Amino acid sequence: MATPAKAPVRPSQANGKDAWVGKRLKRKEDPRLIRGISHYTDDFKLAGMVYCAFARSPHAHADIKSINTDSAKGTPGVIAVFTAQDTTSIGPVPCAIQMPGLKVPRHPVLAEGRVRYVGEPVAVVVAEDLYVARDAAEKIEVDYEPLPVVTDMEKALSNHTAYVHDEFKSNQAFTHTLKNGDVDAAFKKADKIAKQRMINQRLCPLAMEPRAVIAEYLPGENRLTVWSSTQIPHLLKTQISLLVGLPETSVRVIAPEVGGGFGSKLNVYSEEGVVPWLSMKIGRPVKWNENRRENFMATIHGRDTINDVELALKKDGTILGMRSRILADMGAYHQLLTPLIPQLTALMHAGCYKIPAIEVDIIGVFTNKMSTDAYRGAGRPEATYNVERMMDIAARELGMDPAQFRLKNFPKSKEFPYTTITGLTYDSAKYQESLAKALKLSGYDGLRKRQKSARKNGKYYGVGVSTYVEICAIGPSAATPAGGWESATVRIEPTGKVTLLTGASPHGQGEETTFAQLIADELGLDPDDINVVHGDTAVVPYGLGTYGSRATAVGGTAAYMATQKLKNKMATLAAHLLECKPKDVTFGRRCLSTKTGKKKSLSFGEVVTAAYTAHKIPPGFEPGLEATHFFEPSNFTFPFGAHIASVEVDSETGEVKIDKYVAVDDCGNVINPMLVAGQIHGGLAQGIGQAMWEELIYNEDGQLVTGTLMDYTMPKAHFFPEFVLEHTVTPSPVNPMGVKGVGEAGTIASTPCIVNAVCDALSPLGIRHIDMPLKPERVWRAIRHADSAPAKAESEESPKKQTRKAPAGRRRA
Amino acid sequence: MEPRLLLVHFLREKAGLTGTHIGCETSLCGACTVLMDDRAVKSCTVLAVQADGRQVTTVEGLASGEQLHPIQEGFWEEHGLQCGFCTPGMIMCSHDLLGHNSNPSDGEIREALNGNICRCTGYQNIVTAVKNAARKMSKPIAAHAGAR
Repeated sequence: MATPAKAPVRPSQANGKDAWVGKRLKRKEDPRLIRGISHYTDDFKLAGMVYCAFARSPHAHADIKSINTDSAKGTPGVIAVFTAQDTTSIGPVPCAIQMPGLKVPRHPVLAEGRVRYVGEPVAVVVAEDLYVARDAAEKIEVDYEPLPVVTDMEKALSNHTAYVHDEFKSNQAFTHTLKNGDVDAAFKKADKIAKQRMINQRLCPLAMEPRAVIAEYLPGENRLTVWSSTQIPHLLKTQISLLVGLPETSVRVIAPEVGGGFGSKLNVYSEEGVVPWLSMKIGRPVKWNENRRENFMATIHGRDTINDVELALKKDGTILGMRSRILADMGAYHQLLTPLIPQLTALMHAGCYKIPAIEVDIIGVFTNKMSTDAYRGAGRPEATYNVERMMDIAARELGMDPAQFRLKNFPKSKEFPYTTITGLTYDSAKYQESLAKALKLSGYDGLRKRQKSARKNGKYYGVGVSTYVEICAIGPSAATPAGGWESATVRIEPTGKVTLLTGASPHGQGEETTFAQLIADELGLDPDDINVVHGDTAVVPYGLGTYGSRATAVGGTAAYMATQKLKNKMATLAAHLLECKPKDVTFGRRCLSTKTGKKKSLSFGEVVTAAYTAHKIPPGFEPGLEATHFFEPSNFTFPFGAHIASVEVDSETGEVKIDKYVAVDDCGNVINPMLVAGQIHGGLAQGIGQAMWEELIYNEDGQLVTGTLMDYTMPKAHFFPEFVLEHTVTPSPVNPMGVKGVGEAGTIASTPCIVNAVCDALSPLGIRHIDMPLKPERVWRAIRHADSAPAKAESEESPKKQTRKAPAGRRRA
Repeated sequence: MEPRLLLVHFLREKAGLTGTHIGCETSLCGACTVLMDDRAVKSCTVLAVQADGRQVTTVEGLASGEQLHPIQEGFWEEHGLQCGFCTPGMIMCSHDLLGHNSNPSDGEIREALNGNICRCTGYQNIVTAVKNAARKMSKPIAAHAGAR
């Protein structure tokens, strides 16, 4: 086998100027999806399949005195009912994070004697029919003795509190400090210190397809097959083998069509242990579908942090230092990555600015709620929110324009790779260019003029800026809990068609198309010649899955590298047939050719046939055409961009109308611009959703009061304006394709952008900050509160004509 | 047939038509939208017995053989879907809209889809997809003979 080539710098496309990479190509996966003939987990129906349903705790914290399953068991059609005493052989729900002092409570698959959050599974019913299973689950009688409930993080850390886990005698899950530079000195010599307390509220990832699991155990073969709506089929396979105690070689996980994940399916859940175990116990295939209420209660949540942030500033707008104290709500148990997420927040706390000294102190707190974990952005939106809100607050305190303040504190393009005070090395960036483009695209000066005239007319118009950097392409293995590489196998079949097996596990991102574009260009073929296979652990080599905006930068690079190995092998064979040297063979459109050989060219198919018939191969040449590459990235990638929003706030109703939203993003080289735009659009909707509407609220009793689609304001089509997108292209040096990742950018940038705009609009009222979500009631209250405060002479920007008395001094809302 | 059987469960479990998805079972997400006598209904809040004698069209019934319906083409061409789970409902709801408004504005499309939730696309390309379909459908029928 030929040795792998040193990866050439793109473009090296055999398709030349007709390259597929960079084209707005329609997705290969769409025909089956738009016809409704593809298969999500719930669409499979196996012979003899039965259904299960879980009985879940209605209490946030209670002892289970007794469970009576007689009535459920007696329901016609019910096959079996199990509680924790039956499932002791199933391993606990895993947490992959290890760190000094981390408290990891035992997390049983069914509650053992005590429940710790509303929705915790207590028992499971198996029945011939879904309706019967659900009916019977409701007939399970559990005698609960309620215990004091912990929901407020600050109270949870006080001396007078109940404990979520008695054995720890504390609700503190961990502490983590990231400190570098002389922070105390920075604050001592500061001309001005800007401080703000900000709540990053709890969110529901809300993938449109709820979770679903089917398990089929064949005892004769000792083979367990699990279909699960997951982002990580291979990691799940390993964990299921540990959960149910089967050798990993006996377990196969299939992630068929997956209807969105956003991090919520980057996990290993109780049900993924229980359903396979049920199939082993009962000897029939078992299906479980999560309903939407369960999805709200018992699929991981995102965010939920309290942040006290301070910036030390010089009068001229130089940032001297930053200090943050963050309380992060873990919920009752750790899911797979729960304690990791706030650490990502700490890492990204310098944003895209030169900050010479920083201290971030994080306390992870147990409460009687569902676990938090990775939700689109996973720790980086929280960091960006803290940084970008503070940039606006600081600019206002210094009397500077927020865009100019940012420009002053960016590292310059020539300073890259740039090492941050938090210890990261940003790969490549042009922050100035990005912001300049966004300012121009938004007509920033015009927006400011409009604001001025609006204020003269007693209207509240605001402009928000957000310049972000995110950490993507996760990542170098040393910096991740379970490795950060990705695998790919490329196989050119005897007919010349190509199969790519990728360890990435897309669930809407479109890699069946983008990876096909990439390989087609390398081999001089068309995307339709390439079949991208993913999500089946029996077919695809071990891979780590799709999350952290990694699929293209890590998984795509693995595919690219495997293809290079095959190209070298084909070049060796072609050189033998053309009687020239391998280095003189070039790939063209469906051909391999040379200028030096006796024969000048062979068709792609002729070389493939030669590799398989092996009639005329060079000595030592291994027949066949298949290559595998496990790509280990040398660094993360750091996409960046600048977003600008303008909003109108109705001071009578508190309603916020987004007037304009402009996003300039840089994700390095672009493989399919249409798909990149789609990722940005979706990210924007989620980020703006957090800023404006979305919030999971637990009341004092630990009841999830916004746990239905009726109560949780999931954004709809008419909530949004048309987004205006532009790009800059700064290739990453971390991988040969120069790609960075784009899955989370929109979510990360847009949340502070909108809040900055609203606070800018209301600044004449002395309103400096309003916590999210900026629902009309909350904005209205802030305006009323500001109104009732004693008026003070305001700057020249103050509205002169007002319908009501509005101006006020600078105060916190 | 069990009287409480929902239309969506009838379609998926009895008729084997799994293109209609279940996203919430509470009539709020729109993933299960189908046409009943040409009007969009959420099949998770219609009993199967209520559909007795009515004409029900699911996403599987839109294309004619290999010829996609113009709305399906619109979603494909404009990248109106990512994970695809909400897509059948979006397509069926758009079908209802274009049935009584052949040239809707962006705002009218966004309003018409307000019973259908998408978490992936931010809706922008869905709006573009519906406009694309409207253009195609307003052309002479010959252009899309198989797609009615």
